[in-house]
Amino acid sequence: MTTHAVADTATLTGRSLRHILRSPDTIVTTAVMPIAFLLLFTFVFGGAIDVGDASYVDYLLPGILLITVASGIAYTAYRLFLDLQGGIVERFQSMPIARSSVLWAHVLTSIVANLVSLAVVVGAALLMGFRSSAGLGAWLAVVGILVLFTLALTWVAVIAGLSAKTVDGASAFSYPLIFLPFVSSAFVPTESMPGPVRWFAEHQPVTSIVDSIRALLAGDAVGGALWIALAWMVGILLVATAVATMLYRRRVR
Amino acid sequence: MTALTPAISVRGIEKSFRDLAVLRGVDLDVAPGSIVALLGSNGAGKTTLVRILATLLRADAGAASVAGHDVRGDAQRVRESLSLTGQFAAVDEVLTGRENLALVARLRHLPDPNGIADRLLARFSLTDAGGRRAATYSGGMRRRLDIAMSLVGDPRVVVLDEPTTGLDPQARIEVWDAVRELAGAGTTVLLTTQHLEEAEQLADRIAILHRGVIVQDGTLDELRALLPQATVETVERQPSLEEVFLAVVGADGASPDEASAPKEVDR
Repeated sequence: MTTHAVADTATLTGRSLRHILRSPDTIVTTAVMPIAFLLLFTFVFGGAIDVGDASYVDYLLPGILLITVASGIAYTAYRLFLDLQGGIVERFQSMPIARSSVLWAHVLTSIVANLVSLAVVVGAALLMGFRSSAGLGAWLAVVGILVLFTLALTWVAVIAGLSAKTVDGASAFSYPLIFLPFVSSAFVPTESMPGPVRWFAEHQPVTSIVDSIRALLAGDAVGGALWIALAWMVGILLVATAVATMLYRRRVR
Repeated sequence: MTALTPAISVRGIEKSFRDLAVLRGVDLDVAPGSIVALLGSNGAGKTTLVRILATLLRADAGAASVAGHDVRGDAQRVRESLSLTGQFAAVDEVLTGRENLALVARLRHLPDPNGIADRLLARFSLTDAGGRRAATYSGGMRRRLDIAMSLVGDPRVVVLDEPTTGLDPQARIEVWDAVRELAGAGTTVLLTTQHLEEAEQLADRIAILHRGVIVQDGTLDELRALLPQATVETVERQPSLEEVFLAVVGADGASPDEASAPKEVDR
């Protein structure tokens, strides 16, 4: 059974990537809202926000990248939900394939689709004046963080896709995730927030992830924030994977 | 599998959903190469039994085997021997007909998936439509594609769960032809249906599932013999609405798209 796990996952990943190629609008839609935020905050609100010496678009981009992923994974939940609904998952499960390959195919597809959306958003940011002094190593570290973040949130999306009762429900879970960066260091420094809000902002996962990416892109030394960020992402990944796997087993026996 | 091993063997299968006992001790044998119809009204438990045989559901009690493999202990072997076509045509709408078939061939780890796809498209008169997305297919074409997907890799046993539900008369005849051809090639077919005529048309044996048990199991003649002897009456027989419908629209059921695929209708 495990002998075919890789081949089966590759086959099914090819299938869902073909879905995306035939409706590339999902990647565009994913990138539209983050780019709109980028424009709005850079050219409308940005002038009123004091972030020190850095240019505001440089300050803003890390948070926008996380919003991109948070809206992108809604499509993963959506695609998984439709597969379950249409009976095709049942067809796959009645065939001699590796049990886990159905979920992994959706997860890998999510990572590919989100990386493309992220590249589009970074391209838009470059046009708006984003510049980075980061070297190759720092860029690879940023990509690594974003892949880990996407992986963790994708498994959360898998939970939503498996447990949703309606199409709307399958994607609605991502709204809080999209707005979580607003109460973090993504848009404004946390020092400007009142006590309890500031405490929340400084102790939720987005701030540490945003601070790490921002430091890497600015070519600064990454402090302890990176370890906190990694701990959050790995923690979310482990819990979400365990819950999703349990739900999946219960659903397909 | 020797000739004595039934293609499907079901012994005392029980299944409840919460308090609702759906299957209450089902026994059923399906001989290799035969077509058996599992006849029952809505909610009789036909789909539940089929899902247990396809390893999608676990029985509470009893045993079932497919081609000699236990559905519980040897699920992977069962999945290799049996193919299920569910109640709703589970095809990938975004993919073309050819891609759907090749996908199943790859998941069954067969060599030359594209060749297999082309042969099945030809066999089910879908060659011309093979390059189009399945979303553009008519109900009958989707069903045929669905059944073709079940035949990838020539499984010994094919289970069709209400294969003609929701189809118009022409599409139903197309599916019937496909099922007959299957059995002609030696595949064992278990099909569930709530239409008496379908069972009569296709099945070598008919098993009637009622309130969670098989209440009768036999050939059509055996079932007929259960009732009092036929009496001879003279009745003027009006054509049925179905016969009228088929005569008016053309009995070969050829829609423009499928004009290249003549079907014979024996009635």
